[in-house]
Amino acid sequence: MKLITAIVRPERLPEVKAALFRAGVTGITISRVSGHGGEQELQEHYRGRTVVLEFREKVRLEMAVSEPFVEPTIQAIITAARTGQVGDGKIFVQPLGRIIRIRTGEVDTAAVTAVTADAVQRRALTAATS
Amino acid sequence: MTRSLGFGLLLMITCPLVLAGQGVPAADSLAQAASAASAANTVAINFVWTLVAGFLVMFMQAGFAMVETGFTRAKNAAHTITMNFMVYGIAMLAYWAVGFALQAGGVGALGTLGGYDKLAHEVSLTIGGKTWGLFGGTGFFLTGVAYTAPVFAYFLFQMVFMDTAATIPTGALAERWKFSAFAVFSVLVGALIYPIYANWTWGGGWLAMLGKNLGLGHGHVDFAGSSVVHMTGGVMAFVSAALLGPRRGKYNADGTVNAIPGHNIPMALIGTFILAFGWFGFNAGSTLAGSDLRIGVIATNTMLAGAAGSITAMLYMWLKYDKPDPSMMANGALAGLVAITAPCAFVTAPSAVLIGGVAGVLVCAAVFFIDGRLHIDDPVGAISVHGVNGLWGILALGLLADGTYGDGWNGVNGAVRGLFYGDPSQLAAQAIGGLANVVGVGVMALAAYKVTALVVGGHRVAPEVEELGLDLPEMGALAYPDTPEVASAVILSETASVTRGGVGQLEPEAV
Repeated sequence: MKLITAIVRPERLPEVKAALFRAGVTGITISRVSGHGGEQELQEHYRGRTVVLEFREKVRLEMAVSEPFVEPTIQAIITAARTGQVGDGKIFVQPLGRIIRIRTGEVDTAAVTAVTADAVQRRALTAATS
Repeated sequence: MTRSLGFGLLLMITCPLVLAGQGVPAADSLAQAASAASAANTVAINFVWTLVAGFLVMFMQAGFAMVETGFTRAKNAAHTITMNFMVYGIAMLAYWAVGFALQAGGVGALGTLGGYDKLAHEVSLTIGGKTWGLFGGTGFFLTGVAYTAPVFAYFLFQMVFMDTAATIPTGALAERWKFSAFAVFSVLVGALIYPIYANWTWGGGWLAMLGKNLGLGHGHVDFAGSSVVHMTGGVMAFVSAALLGPRRGKYNADGTVNAIPGHNIPMALIGTFILAFGWFGFNAGSTLAGSDLRIGVIATNTMLAGAAGSITAMLYMWLKYDKPDPSMMANGALAGLVAITAPCAFVTAPSAVLIGGVAGVLVCAAVFFIDGRLHIDDPVGAISVHGVNGLWGILALGLLADGTYGDGWNGVNGAVRGLFYGDPSQLAAQAIGGLANVVGVGVMALAAYKVTALVVGGHRVAPEVEELGLDLPEMGALAYPDTPEVASAVILSETASVTRGGVGQLEPEAV
């Protein structure tokens, strides 16, 4: 089991989401974050002052996945989030100690298999081929 | 008691004045003086009414600003509202310099404002012994014969109408239009596009003469601007939005349509209320006369049609899509108001409700057709609200004008009647007015769009600017800067060297 954290461009989120759903990864938490990852600062001019924005808006995705899903998840994110320009983001993979589903008390792999996973994946695949 | 006391006081004050002026008065000269004083009061009341109504219409700019900004995304909010803010000044000065003279230079006597008649130079063609006005030719910069109180009051009222038309395209082109292109295009709207069509209908031009010259009703009749203001704005929005193309992510490769929800529905609905408030000035003020008691009918018809439009839009969405959509209700109310703008003075209350009610459904159908079928991206529904319902408004007048008002309109005797009240030729004049708007304004908007593209080098912002939001790259200011990125920004004490063009900085060199 791994906790996969990905930082991506906000405008790539729809593509990343679709790719993850197609890969069968349907349990995702997202948050709006700001970060600095080496891309050039944004310089703007406001009321005659130059303002340097060093942090850029990003989206963070967090997914707990079982071993067979680790590589497909990483591949899906890379394919969908990459533009080739500096600022495409990062993927962090960490080992996970335990996972517990609050509703049922199921643990580990059983806990990360979303109840609606099959339906969501089927819909994503249909949307991709239509 | 108080009243008779007041009247007595008035007599005591005025009699000595009259006596001093007239020497020993004969009875008939007293009557003459009283009649002259009464006429002067009427003109004064008309002045005040026209100006106050103009102030109300000016405040509609705030309504437009809030509707358009509420219906667009937070990342473009400063850009959208700034277009609405600056169109007021930019188009106004263009109209002051050139536009007003083209529109009203041949308007003739300003009857309700004291009868000043020096705006009398209309450039026209004579065909078959009939004169067809094309545009006016006096009053540039409000100087010369135009430098007089009646013309200035008339200018103020006409100017705020022009600005209403000029701010309509900013909604349809929002979230992707370069600010520089907006600025240049707005100059052309205020100086040329709006004034030419306004002259045809309101300045004594050829559409107004259709009645006198060809016997088509009273010529093209548009009481307060369903065609002159709203359809003009809608046609300009249609042409330029089609040329500019949709926002990124609006339409998918397979032809399906994505919704891009606006960021502040409460703001949009408050803006709609402000517009509905200003509309009392728009329609009732168009008498240019507080002494014309028809303003009671006009104002009431206006409020009825707006309410009917919001209700039918609500019901249409509720029945068809299971939810009473707030943004479409706002569009429905505005559609009702746009549609009643031409016929407001000429129709009964049930007709006003019918006109507004049809408009509320029409605007929903038009939004789905323009967005879903034509794939023309109009973030606020400006084309459907103003263009489609502006046309419906002038046609509704041609159907439902009931013959109780408008005697002598455009120099034709008798009241204005529509098809259902015995004058089919009025409907023909209205249809010609609509066609002339689509063709005339459409061609002028196309030319203005191309000229603007040459001046500023294209209309559209770069794709990366559109993704980031137009606020920082185009305006240098975020609408909502309360974010961690901005809170942590470094503010340089000296203004650093400004890189022109801005966009190049956004994407760093690949390392």
